[in-house]
Amino acid sequence: MSAVLRVEDLSVAFHTRGGTVHALDRVGFTVGAGETMALVGESGSGKSVTAYAIMGLLEAAGRITGGRALLGETDLLATDLSRIRGRRVAMIFQNPRAALNPIRAVGRQIADVLLRHGGATSGNARARAIEALRAVGIPDPARRANAYPFELSGGMCQRVMIAIAVAARPELLIADEPTTGLDVTTQAVVMDLIQAMAVQTGMATILITHDLALAAERAQRIAVMHAGHVVEAADTATLLTRPLHPYTARLIAATPTAAGSLDALQSVPGGLPDLRGSTIPPCRYAARCERRLPACDGPLVTRSAGDHAVACANPLEAVA
Amino acid sequence: MSNTLAHARYVLAENPVTLLAALLFAAFAAMAILGPAIAPFDPLASDTMRALQAPTWRHLFGTDQLGRDILSRVIVAARIDLGIALASVALVFAAGGLAGLAAGFFGGWVDAVVGRVADTIMAFPLFVLAMGIVAALGNTIPNIVLATAIINFPLYARVARAETMTRREAGFVDAARLSGHRDGALVLLQVLPNIMPIMVVQMSLTMGYAILNAAGLSFIGLGVRPPMAEWGIMVAEGAGFIVSGEWWIALFPGATLMLAVFCFNLLGDGLRDIADPRRRT
Amino acid sequence: MRAVLLRFAGAIPTLFGVVLVTFLLTRVLPGDTATYFAGPTASAESIAQIRTSLGLDRPLPEQFWRYLKDLSHGDLGMSLTTGQPVKTELINRLPASAELTLSGLLLAIGIAVPLGVLAAVRQGSLIDHACRVVTTAGVSLPVFFTGLVLVYVFYFLLGWMPAPLGRLDAFASPPPQRSGFYLLDTLLAGDIETFRAAAAQIVLPAATLALFALAPIARITRASMLAVLGSEFIRTARASGLSGPTVVITYALRNALLPVVTVLGMVFSFLLGANVLVEKVFAWPGIGSYAVEALIASDYAPVQGFVLTMAILYVLLNLAIDLVNRAIDPRARRGA
Repeated sequence: MSAVLRVEDLSVAFHTRGGTVHALDRVGFTVGAGETMALVGESGSGKSVTAYAIMGLLEAAGRITGGRALLGETDLLATDLSRIRGRRVAMIFQNPRAALNPIRAVGRQIADVLLRHGGATSGNARARAIEALRAVGIPDPARRANAYPFELSGGMCQRVMIAIAVAARPELLIADEPTTGLDVTTQAVVMDLIQAMAVQTGMATILITHDLALAAERAQRIAVMHAGHVVEAADTATLLTRPLHPYTARLIAATPTAAGSLDALQSVPGGLPDLRGSTIPPCRYAARCERRLPACDGPLVTRSAGDHAVACANPLEAVA
Repeated sequence: MSNTLAHARYVLAENPVTLLAALLFAAFAAMAILGPAIAPFDPLASDTMRALQAPTWRHLFGTDQLGRDILSRVIVAARIDLGIALASVALVFAAGGLAGLAAGFFGGWVDAVVGRVADTIMAFPLFVLAMGIVAALGNTIPNIVLATAIINFPLYARVARAETMTRREAGFVDAARLSGHRDGALVLLQVLPNIMPIMVVQMSLTMGYAILNAAGLSFIGLGVRPPMAEWGIMVAEGAGFIVSGEWWIALFPGATLMLAVFCFNLLGDGLRDIADPRRRT
Repeated sequence: MRAVLLRFAGAIPTLFGVVLVTFLLTRVLPGDTATYFAGPTASAESIAQIRTSLGLDRPLPEQFWRYLKDLSHGDLGMSLTTGQPVKTELINRLPASAELTLSGLLLAIGIAVPLGVLAAVRQGSLIDHACRVVTTAGVSLPVFFTGLVLVYVFYFLLGWMPAPLGRLDAFASPPPQRSGFYLLDTLLAGDIETFRAAAAQIVLPAATLALFALAPIARITRASMLAVLGSEFIRTARASGLSGPTVVITYALRNALLPVVTVLGMVFSFLLGANVLVEKVFAWPGIGSYAVEALIASDYAPVQGFVLTMAILYVLLNLAIDLVNRAIDPRARRGA
């Protein structure tokens, strides 16, 4: 399987008044063509920072301090992204209503992207925007094209966001918590739509979520992030049935399943470590970990067996 | 309290401009209080032999068309300019503050009346309204004070009202009422001290505007009459000489006026930062 | 359209308040209005006669009713010094004031909005600091003083500008009246030379007003632009790869203009007042200098007429601002 995106050793630091925050440390993962890969972790684990770094949308205080993000042959971290964003990589966000321009009709917002990337002309942009609205399942698209975000439901706004994102048929879609804040039925519809669009256009998807159950249901591969590290990555079935990292195991235990009982749920103890300064422990989970060994204070090594990678000195099973 | 002091120190350290403004303020206050005592010449003594002299070591700011020493007049004028502004701000502080307090505390028709009055004042371009008021009430300094107070009324009433309503909803007023205080006592005892800081900030923020307004009115010939020394009227007297190149007559009073307004604006910003760290801009 | 009419209806109580206040100001004239109208040498008898003829012996509500009736005919009384009806003079002089105020405002917006936008886009840069200095210093400037400084520098020292003596120098004749705006009328008449003369006269007073109005506009533009640039939909626009100008202008600026337009109401209040002072400095034959001359001569009818005119203009301007806001913001349009 060829990789659409290969992220290698991506490190990001934020310069704040309180010191330098090492938000990402040597993050790596790959996303195959047509594949949905989930980045899972608690808030603050660096999932969104990873996405923003790839998109070149880090806020001014954020600096990429190392690594590569290869989209095909292009290193996204070293190129001018103005012709790549929206065209080859697109992104959708949580809270879709706030993510749309409040005073521009949604049809025009889609047309803006089509004019920029989709080869639309001022003559046919409107018709193509309406077509795009129809493609994401918005009823009566000709009328809705004139609507403003405040006149549409959250689910409708997310459909508009998806229409904007896929307008130029990108190779990769990054969906950052796309269903957070939507009601449950709408969540499923929106996820179905994202996957349908992915199948239709052959694009790969990175699904960023704190919800392991959602990732399990929707992704072929899962990468688990903790405090700016990818601690474990594997195909979904393997990760869920044979987790190697203690944190992954904890996450699985903390995720409700249809069959399980609520009593069996466990929370993950402890919080994320302070990522400021130079005294960050090599393994950022060590302080929360019940399997901690003296070896954990040595350099953190990622070992892999086939597709299954884990960054742990004392994994749940020995890695061949 | 020590917290506020620490914050004040922080603001001053972060923002040396506020410190500068405080020093300037001290200078203006000294001018206003000492006035005639520190002026090198009699501000009203004319000497036609020395009329229209450009600045010299003897007359640092030069002399005007009647040979009066401009530096002395600028110094002496501080008292009247700052006095008018301070009086009007104090007046509106009391009137607008009380009206806003009553509106916020009692609500209902009191609130409606205060709101209507404020809205009607705000419906006028404020300087124009001040002109109309002075024209109607008579061309005197007390009326300038009154007019300047009236046009600032909506601002004070609104701030006081908003602050009072926040305090009222904070619940401790209910607690005081339950313990048997009457309404009037309640307002004064509980609410007033709490809205004081923000009102004082408001005062320093509007001082600059009040000075500008009063000087503007006297520039067009309202209020202060010649030969009294006042910055606005001095600029007006010097205006005619600008086109023939005698710049110092208008420049020094005008620049002093500008500096005074600037000083109060900076001071107001600084005080606001100290009183309310959230509103820092 | 119905919403627009509703807005107009909403301004009626404000207008009524304005008229009432102006009426009350007329009635609290120092001393006795009738004595004043009769002149210093009048006998008690003729004063009483004037009082009756002016209706001043009637109860206040009835006087107010008469005042309203006069107003509805556009009757603002007579100027004692010029002997002309106040209405005629105001109408003749209004275009001069309007041309000056609008030129000043347009100049201010033309400088302040780009300045505020650049300061926000390049936060912490040199232009941002320049913007901060301008906004702090700008609000401290007494307009009549800045006007004089500009005259001194650009007329006396450099000689680039004509003397501050009104709308046209003595050698030019005013263009045929259409809009009453010399800049427009000269162009309509194809008279480039007079256009140049009129433009040269208006540059300094308009710049004086603009310097004054710049500060609040630049300040709010910068603040509002900063807020919008940090918002989620701008992140979306960037993620969609829209071009820089599209993001900054079509997406950010149009949203950022909403608070700017609202602040224009306040700016107008300052500007209409400042206009009076600037007209005096530049001998500009507008309604402000008319009112100032009348004030000096204790001629009150023109002053009252002037205050009322300005207040009504201001109410209308606020209405216009409201309509512009609705044009920009669909939420205001469909919400109301």
